[in-house]
Order: sequence, then structure tokens, then C-alpha cells
Amino acid sequence: MLRTHAPSLDETFDIAVIGAGVVGCAVARRFALAGAKVIVIEKGSDILSGASKANSAILHTGFDAPQGSLELELIKAGRAEYLAIRDSLSLPLVTTGALVCAWNEAEARKLDAILAQGRENGIAELRALSGAQARATMPGLSERLVAAIEVAGEHVIDPWSAPLAYLTQAVALGARLLREAEILAGTFDGEWTLATTAGEVRAHAVVNAAGLYGDVVDQRLGFAPEFEIRPRKGQFVVLDKAAFAHVPRIVLPVPTEITKGVVVCPTAFGNVLVGPTAEEQQDRTRTTVETSELEALLKRGAEIVPALAGMPVTAVYAGLRPATESKAYRVFSRPARRAITLGGIRSTGLSAALGLAQHAERLHAGFGHAFTAPGPAPEVTLPNLAETRERDWQRPEHGEIVCHCELVTKREIEAAFESAVPPGDFGGLRRRTRAGMGRCQGFYCNARLAEMTRGRLSTPLAADDGDEA
Amino acid sequence: MSDAMADVIIVGGGPSGVAAAIELRARGVGHVVLLDREPELGGATRHCAHSPFGMREFGRVYLGAAYGRRLEAEAARAGVDVRTRHSVVRFEDGRHEDGRLDVTSPRGIETLSARRILIATGARETPRSARLISGDRPIGIVTTGTLQSYVAFHGLMPFRRPVIVGSELVSLSAILTCLTHGARPVAMVEPGPHPLAGQPFSWFPALAGIPFHRGAELVDIRGTSRVENVTLRLRDGTVQDIACDGVLLTGRFMPESALFRQSDIGVDAGSTGPAIDQDGRSLDPRIFASGNLLRAVETGGWAFREGRAVGRAIAEDLARDADAGAPIPVTFDAPVKLVVPSLLRRDANATPAFRDFQLRMLRRARGRLSLELDGREVWAAERTWMPERRILVPLPPAAVEAGTVHFRFRETA
Repeated sequence: MLRTHAPSLDETFDIAVIGAGVVGCAVARRFALAGAKVIVIEKGSDILSGASKANSAILHTGFDAPQGSLELELIKAGRAEYLAIRDSLSLPLVTTGALVCAWNEAEARKLDAILAQGRENGIAELRALSGAQARATMPGLSERLVAAIEVAGEHVIDPWSAPLAYLTQAVALGARLLREAEILAGTFDGEWTLATTAGEVRAHAVVNAAGLYGDVVDQRLGFAPEFEIRPRKGQFVVLDKAAFAHVPRIVLPVPTEITKGVVVCPTAFGNVLVGPTAEEQQDRTRTTVETSELEALLKRGAEIVPALAGMPVTAVYAGLRPATESKAYRVFSRPARRAITLGGIRSTGLSAALGLAQHAERLHAGFGHAFTAPGPAPEVTLPNLAETRERDWQRPEHGEIVCHCELVTKREIEAAFESAVPPGDFGGLRRRTRAGMGRCQGFYCNARLAEMTRGRLSTPLAADDGDEA
Repeated sequence: MSDAMADVIIVGGGPSGVAAAIELRARGVGHVVLLDREPELGGATRHCAHSPFGMREFGRVYLGAAYGRRLEAEAARAGVDVRTRHSVVRFEDGRHEDGRLDVTSPRGIETLSARRILIATGARETPRSARLISGDRPIGIVTTGTLQSYVAFHGLMPFRRPVIVGSELVSLSAILTCLTHGARPVAMVEPGPHPLAGQPFSWFPALAGIPFHRGAELVDIRGTSRVENVTLRLRDGTVQDIACDGVLLTGRFMPESALFRQSDIGVDAGSTGPAIDQDGRSLDPRIFASGNLLRAVETGGWAFREGRAVGRAIAEDLARDADAGAPIPVTFDAPVKLVVPSLLRRDANATPAFRDFQLRMLRRARGRLSLELDGREVWAAERTWMPERRILVPLPPAAVEAGTVHFRFRETA
């Protein structure tokens, strides 16, 4: 039902992108813009179903990235491209700035080094502030604040619409998306033949952007293991929109050796996020939340911004970061076999994705395989979900408010299903429309959504609809 | 002279909002607008298939949508300007003489104004997220209200073999919904030592052959796309895995108070609904509230009577058109959870809408509950108080004259 983009076997693609996370979507766009015939191969029933579905939605500057690292270079390049293209893709930018907050003298002593590193990383607009100065820019912060560094360029974006826009633009240029297609094996005989659970795909070159399965896919393509994914789980709590007024800025902790620590930040959708935890685990699929960790996050959030105490919880979630044995990005290029691996994109993937795509294009340029002449970049307009811009419910003829908490209209839900990259599962519909994402979590709209989505999702909301007897 | 669009706008077409609208019209208030975001009136009664509604107010019993239709007929007969599919987005800020609401409907957005506004948006159950329950987040975890909406509006079921969490009255209604629609609950779990619903209702799970675990907790949910099984920690500390295809979270109602929470008015820390005075006035004297928005959760009949009383109070307030004075708070000791009304105004209406204080306890507690006005005891009772049960204390006329109004609780061993 979902495999509407089934490839014909006699077609050979220029580029096969493995994984439709934020990195894969950005890579697909970059090569499609360059004139390549692209196919994106995704194991899940929808895009963004791995690491990319759960992050803190921050567009980083790279102020705290390792000096001279590829990660720093690509965060800066990715951020610059996002800022350059976001208007043409109608993507939001919530200009919050960030405060790196020291809550005791020991942490305050580390701020100088953070400031020096940020300046060496070439990040402008860094300011050292006293606790009082920082609180003047964000009065909701606890009086316990000792000192802070302001990073004016850190912003909040919509973490799901951005990659969807990248892929939508690629699809408008002829790229194909193959879902529910797990890579089983790959052989190279001058061209790649990829065996997937949804059939065979032939391509001149492959880009492995498989995130949590980056190491597994490398091995299935026949490469010696260069790295090992060690999933790191992060749990988050999303607080009610009433919290938004208290958190106008991103509040970052002073990182320790072990973890970057708990962030408190606004979201583009008008909520407040508290998280993540950092928990190493073996399992690459289970993203469980745990009562004790969620309670600890709520407590920590209220210590940082006291007005958050008692604020209702809207949502809880957990995601896995594709960490490896090293902090560095694990990027490998194998010109002889025309393969690129973008691995270990740990926690800065959203910021660096467009930069990683540029990097992959540069690496591919050395492979000696040219694309047809690129056409003009197609215009892509995604529905706006951010509270900072006009939403569909503010316009007439929206049909009906389906999700009352997030004011999602019937017109928006129908548009998602009729779009170039329609949702494959309920999570995908939620990410595209925000239906069911609000404070009641579907108390009012879940049944209506079950009715509206009958026969359209891989796992139906209602029992007995499709996949079960 | 006010240039407001209406005399009164009521937000929410459940029993409380409709009762207020009818009462306002009966008392000669000219233009009464009733907004509801759904296509039909009735509020939560529309999907409550097993609860009889209407005996006290209409002298006969209605089930589900039939009660909503009766409300619709009564509102039409009373000349209420009913506008369905209208969602109120926010109270408009600013110091207007009138109350103003930003509203979206299929026509788009508009701002509606009225001399008084009544919010009657009811209550809903606490979702899985806000309960902070551990585990995966697959499809098939819903509340009773959602289950009943599946059945009542769409003829669908979200699962066939759910585990039911909770033992309030609504939990028993949930069992009935399951059994009458081809679903077989595999277990029922109550974290407390006793079912929250009183006898004889609490015998029902056993009669229906559903294993009932008291003092047990849902500690894990597993499933990749749909719920596959759950883990319970039983009263004796052992854990048990149960195969199922859904989790039904029942009860733990909370006021649907987002409009207040997102405004300067805010909510009461105890009830999490808006703080109101003895006439139903909130901290903003142009805005009133009634029904289950005030405290979760009472019956439809209770909400109807409350709406009628606040409707009468609004009519009187419009006629008086005088400042009701600064509110004083009604305070209380733990383990009292909430008190309604939680404000008193000295220069309010001659006859209050609320003749009793309503209290609820956070937990089961044995002790002496007393009401003190300016430190002087005017009422007391000693017994074992149960959680989530209604406690009524007569609101003495002298209370509105007092400087401090406090509910004291002395726990006994």
C-alpha cells in the first residue's frame, strides 16, 4: 500500500541514499539539485522514524564543537545554508539565542574556556554575563544563576518540517522514496546492486545515512567495520503552552565530561522542552520513557525556571542518538566503490544535515561520475506549523478543527495525505500536522483521526482496520 | 453604554453551558451566544453511552447523543444564539470594557465581545504522557473518553484485549463499553488499596470475570507499532507480564482550563480550574466559570444545576452592574486538595450561586475538618474522608464579610 514508489528494475539511479532521516533527506535534496537521479531507501514506514524523530530542535552555531573538527565545519555550513534557504522553503526560525548557564562557582570557572573555544570556533556574538545580566534577558531563570554566556546565534526550528521540505524538494526534482525497504546486502560490479526487503535497487553510488544502523549497513555493503554504533537514549518532557511565556530562550547547561546535560528550551510550536537524559543502551529500537527519569527532568526544569513547577506535561518522548566509540563524526569515502558513509552523527544532525549533504557532494565529485545538467530549484511550500507564523486555522474554509489543542484543520490533514511525501504511519501524520500532539494527547481527536486515516496508515489506529483479522 | 456584540457569550455546550444559557434567557437577558467547537451540543455526554442523563433537569432519562439533542431543543426554544464548530482560541488581552474572545470557525477567525463571558469547557481524563507512565509509546493507549468516541461516533474500537487502569465510576463504564462492543478486558489495575468507585459498583469487574489487581501498578508497556504486552507490579511486589493489545487509562479527570492557564487569569493550584467566587466570577470580574471546569469531576446533572445557578448570577450581575469588590482567597490545609469556590467577594450578588463549599481530599485521611472565619470555628466534622469524593460544607453568609476564610484539618491516628 505504501510502496507507491516501487522502482523498476531496469532503472539505474545515480545515487542511492540509505536512510530517510534528516541527513538522508538533506543528501537527497543536494544531489537532486545537482541533477542526479536519486532514490532514498528507508527501512521504516515513514521518513524520520529513527534518531531524527526525537531531538531538541535547536539550530546550533557550533560554539562548543571540537576545534578544527569536521563536525564544526559542517554545523557552520549547514546552519548557513538553512538560514539562506529557509524563506524559499517557508521554514520557521525562532530567534531565541541561548544562555549557557553556570549554577555554581565550579561551573562558572568553566565559562571562560567555553567562551574562548567559541571565539576560536569563529562564532560571533558571544557575551559573558553575570547572573543578574543573564536574568535581565530572561527573568524566569532561577535566582541561583551565578553567571552565563550568551550565544545569540543559537535558534529553534521545526525539526520535522525541515527534513520533510528537503525531501519534498528532491521528490519535485524526480527523486524517489522507497519505504519499508531494509538493506539486506549490496554488491558492487562497477554499479551497486542493493538487495532490499522491497526489491532490488541499482545505483552508480551509495550514501549511507542509516543513522542508528550506520555500522550495520556498512557491513551489509561489504565494508570492514570502521565504527560501532552505541545508541544513547535521551528522554524529553514537553510542557504545556502556558510554560512558553517563561522560557523565551534556550537554556543550556555547562557540559561535563559525561554529558551535555539537560536543556530547557522553547519549541517552534509554542511549548517548552526539558531534556534530554543521556543513557547508553544496546538496543537500537526501544525508546522507552521511564517514570523516574521523567520526574527527574521535571524537577530539574523547575530548578532552572521556577515557574515551571507544577506546569502540566503535554507529552513525553525518548530518542536514540547514533553515538559511536568516538565523539567525532564517522565520515568515510570509498572512491573505488563509489560509496560514502555519513556515520555517528550524534546529536548535531539537525544543524549539520545540509552541511553533511554539501560534504557528500564534494566527496562524490571525486568519483568521476557526472550527472545530467541540473534544472532550476523547484519551489516547495510546506504548511506552516510554527506558532510564530500564520497557521491554517487562521484562514477561512479550513473545513473543521480536528485537533482542538493544536488547532489542526481538516484541510491540513487532507493536504498531508495528498502531498508528495504522504505520511506512512501515525507518527508521520503527527509530525506533519501536529494532530494529537497537544495537551489532551488525543482525548478529543484520536477517534476522529482513526476515522479519517482508515486504510491510509501502516498501523491503523483502530483495531481490525487492515493489519489485523 | 456597551457596544459589545452580545450580552453574554458562553463557551461550551455541555450541560452546564446550556443550562446557563437557558437560565439567562429565562431571566430576560437579550442576546446570549453559546459557542461549541463540536458540530452538536452535549459536551462529554455525547459519548458517555452508559450514564443516564436528564432525570433531575428534564424528568426523564436520556442516553448519549439523545441528551445532547434535548439540550439543543431546549436552547433553541429559549432563543439562545447557538454557534457550533466555533473554537475559542484565547481571551483577547487588553483593558476593554467588555470581555473579548478570539474564535476560529470554518469561516476563519473573528473576535467576539460580550458584557459577560461564561466558560464551561468541562473536564477530560489525564493522558498517558502526563501520568509519566514508563514504557514504549505504541498505538493502542487511550483514555475512556477516546474509547467512547471511537464507539459512539465512528463505530470503531481502538483494541480488543485491553488492560484497564483505574477503578473510578468511569472505569466501570469503560468495561461496559468494551463488553458490549466485542472487546474483552484482560485485567484491571488500581494503584490504590481500594477501588475508587464505591460498592456495589466495585464488585462489577469480578462479576464480569476480569482479574482485578488492587495496589498494583503499571510499570512497563511494550510494543513496536501496537501495544503487545504490559508489566504490572502487584501488591506483593511480584511482577507479572500480561499480553494485550491496548491500555485503557480511565479517570483522573482534570479541568479543561487551557484558556485560563494561557491568560493572565491563571488557574487555581488546587483544582487546576479557574479560581471563582461565590457567584462563579473569576479573578477577571467579566469572566465567569461553571461546571466540571471548576473541579473534576461531577455528574452531568450536577454540572447542569451549577450552570443554571451561575446563569442566574450572571443575569443579576448584569442588572446590578456594580463592582463586586476585591476577592479574598479561601485557604486550606493538606490533605485537602481543592475548595470551590476558592474566592469570596464582599460586594457580590445578594444571593450567591454557590450555597456550599465543595471540597475534595488528596488521599484517604482520618481527622477533623473545620471552617474558620477570622480564626473562629463556624463548622466542623470528624470522620474518615475518602479521596475523590464530594464534600459539601454550607457557605455561611458571614463568610463574605470575613478577612480570612480557612479550612483546617487535624489528622487523627
